Amino acid sequence: MEYSLFPRDLFSELERLQRQIQQAVELSPSIRGFNRGGFPALNVASTPESAEVYAFAPGLDPGKIEVQLERGVLSISGERKPELPADEGSSVHLNERFAGRFHRVISLADDLDPNEVRATYREGVLHISIKRRESAIPRRINIT
Amino acid sequence: MSEQDVTRREEETASEQPGLLPPVDVFEDAAGITVYADVPGVTRENLEVHVEGDNLFLEGKIAVEMPKELEATHVEVPRSRYRRVFALSREFDTGKLTADLKNGVLRLRIPKAEHAKPKRIQVSAE
Repeated sequence: MEYSLFPRDLFSELERLQRQIQQAVELSPSIRGFNRGGFPALNVASTPESAEVYAFAPGLDPGKIEVQLERGVLSISGERKPELPADEGSSVHLNERFAGRFHRVISLADDLDPNEVRATYREGVLHISIKRRESAIPRRINIT
Repeated sequence: MSEQDVTRREEETASEQPGLLPPVDVFEDAAGITVYADVPGVTRENLEVHVEGDNLFLEGKIAVEMPKELEATHVEVPRSRYRRVFALSREFDTGKLTADLKNGVLRLRIPKAEHAKPKRIQVSAE
């Protein structure tokens, strides 16, 4: 059980509640922590021939996104600069968008071929497609 | 299922679907207001920005090409629509609203109407 530093702070209380629920539901969380809600949001899917990762990472320079695949562990990192108001006299009403450095790591299956990775960045979505090794693709065996 | 079926089903449920809430930054200066909204996956054609009464609606549909036979294994973006509504006050000139979309970031600029720009009020002391 953890207690928040400012017990009257509604938002930190809500965060604590969320962590407790996550701990109760996910019995074995990843060692890299609870990544849900991090930047960029990730959707991962698989097909018989490949693994497809979609990172929802708007507003980045595609040349500066680092994507690495090592032993089935994919890491995506980079930086998103904050959008600042044009002049000094501006007031900020809402500031919800992520800014700063990010680094997300996910483990994928280990039958992926690190030489067959294709990454494209379109409309703020980074799509990484990784082919499975030839030997891992299921094949129908003919019985004679 | 054919592609048409998928789209139709989506249209039917679109009104009930709450939609994703895109994160926004809102800045105000003397001349107007600037809104940045993260809407990754939305193309120009799938974006809709409109003003109805005093409300500003931001809506968009995620259009990402996906291969066939896809089986989702981990999902953090569970819906394919964005929707967010803001109440505007009268001083904004919505007729002069400009919007541009780049790399999944929408930038809106709504200038203030001429009469609404702040005037410095001289405080006099006796």
